[in-house]
Amino acid sequence: MAYTDLQSLLREMLVIREFEETADKLTLRGKVPGGMHNSSGQEAVAVGVMSALAPDDVIATTHRSHHHTLAKGFTPNEIMAELFTKATGVSKGRGASMHLGDFKRGHFGGNGIVGAGVGIAMGAAMGIHQRGDKNVAVGFVGDGGLNTGRTWEALNMAVIYKLPFILVVDNNQYAVETFVGRVTGGNDPAKRAAGFGLPSFNIDGNDVLEVQKYTAEARVRAVAGEGPTFINALTYRYNGHNVGERGQYRTLEEIADWREHKDPIDRFTAYLLSTGDMSQSDLDAMKASVHAEIEEAVAFAESSPEPDLSTLTDGVDSGLLGAK
Amino acid sequence: MSTDTPTRVSHPSYSEAFQQGVREEMTTNPDIFILGTDLVERGGHFAQVKGIAQEFGESRVKDSPISEAAMVASGLGAAMYGLHPIIDLNFIDFSFGAMDEIINQAAKIRFMFGQPVPLVIRATSGVALGGAHHTNALEAFFASTPGLSLAIPSCSNDVKGLIKTALRVPDPVIFLMHKKLSGVRSEITTGHQPIPFGKANSVRPGKDAAIITWSYTLVTALKAAEELAKEGIEVEVIDLRTLWPLDEDAVDEAIKKYGRVVIADEAPKFGSLTAEIAASATERCNSDLKGPIVRVGGVRAPISANPRHSDAAIPTVAGMIEAVHKVMKY
Repeated sequence: MAYTDLQSLLREMLVIREFEETADKLTLRGKVPGGMHNSSGQEAVAVGVMSALAPDDVIATTHRSHHHTLAKGFTPNEIMAELFTKATGVSKGRGASMHLGDFKRGHFGGNGIVGAGVGIAMGAAMGIHQRGDKNVAVGFVGDGGLNTGRTWEALNMAVIYKLPFILVVDNNQYAVETFVGRVTGGNDPAKRAAGFGLPSFNIDGNDVLEVQKYTAEARVRAVAGEGPTFINALTYRYNGHNVGERGQYRTLEEIADWREHKDPIDRFTAYLLSTGDMSQSDLDAMKASVHAEIEEAVAFAESSPEPDLSTLTDGVDSGLLGAK
Repeated sequence: MSTDTPTRVSHPSYSEAFQQGVREEMTTNPDIFILGTDLVERGGHFAQVKGIAQEFGESRVKDSPISEAAMVASGLGAAMYGLHPIIDLNFIDFSFGAMDEIINQAAKIRFMFGQPVPLVIRATSGVALGGAHHTNALEAFFASTPGLSLAIPSCSNDVKGLIKTALRVPDPVIFLMHKKLSGVRSEITTGHQPIPFGKANSVRPGKDAAIITWSYTLVTALKAAEELAKEGIEVEVIDLRTLWPLDEDAVDEAIKKYGRVVIADEAPKFGSLTAEIAASATERCNSDLKGPIVRVGGVRAPISANPRHSDAAIPTVAGMIEAVHKVMKY
């Protein structure tokens, strides 16, 4: 994905939304082994961050990572095929929904463990720092990851070594079924992070341009050797924690309020139409092309081969140490 | 053999041998850096990196906060970015705070994503004084985790040669150094050469039976072999040196040669790697055994801080002699 203009930001958010809603239905039909975590509603965090990064910047992310991965520039084909655990998937069918990644393209993996991606991204920032490269690493975590110790260990380490690191909290407000305010002392993530001695912000995660702006400024500081930034991007997840979950932990009114009044795609669409950066016919054409792209991804995933059973134990280690 | 007076270079301590191996590799590979607690001034709690910060600078030897998860994560991410970090966890007991980073992340990333993870995790291990929180035996856990390799040297030469190999392969390696061996001096016999993993070392020749072991238990085995020789029993003593990869050929050869084999380690006997090694060797070579392989191991109890208790918790010379007598009766 090349973010060449404002319309490209909207198009990527539409790709994510349609991908997620399509994959959600396919999951309910049993097409996605192990299920998936739908990111609908959180598109602006992913697109806002990625559109402020350079292609060789590194990300490491979470169990809910389709939106980050698509926004990083991966194609719906390779992600949908991975959800189907097909050989043509980005992780060759070994990862499914939670373990998308391709290190050569700066994606250091989704993760099944809360907070693990923050540490990995901090380590990548250590690598960048050691090499003297001029890029950055971004670690994503959800609001659940605000309360695991490793997140703060990693952030502290990034501060003391002045690593080119950005910690982004993709804060959809629910750790599975638990509201962030119930389990987060102080319930002010930026204030908590500021105690570690770095620029820390609570921002509107449903405003793609605001996310982009804060990320871009963090990137400038990081590349200049000024160290890490903490960004807590407040957003909302429309669907259950996992596909099929129908929890009783929030009201339908709450969900409807976010969908109808705060939706990141609706807000940005209205903005582009009002400024004249996009016409209604541009929008219609964009939606049609996005729809075709996702249909093509499903066909690709359906028709792709399974990984060969003979590869079951391939690549556990390099083989150079002589293990049989 | 040199006739010169032994020096710190020719006969380094176990810890100094680690310094030597790391220095040599750091000189040729700028991607190696070391991160851990108290490394720059103190040189590590066992002097294992003493002087290296002064020689190579603090960009390549980093003092870390006591944040085990972040320490391993920093090495892990940097390794995947292309560097070759050594994360010094001080004592292996402290790895519990980083176990997700080691087991769920470092060990699995090559399999899951095809990405090499050139990462060394060094720690001091083994039973000595210090009580229950500094004497855990995690070898079986690490060696049985797909994706990890495990080196556990018993002498200066092997420390040097094995760390050099560990720093030349793109895989995560757990490198365990026994507390009680830290200050022991011995000769560097293989110079600047790396020592391959998965190759056992026959430390003492024999005629009648073999003791297979590793790390500090080798010292106990050699004392037992000396005593047994006085009775006319000649026992070969074999040091496995790495527990994954494991030199199964050396185990099988000992079985074929003697039919009488003892396997010894200080980990609690139940669940120790001695069980895995004995069971798999028996599957391969049952007809060559004159009787069951006898295992010598530690007691099933946390390690007491009392010196008599901690000595009695692990294999003793007497226990080792008794095990050899048992196999000699077949």
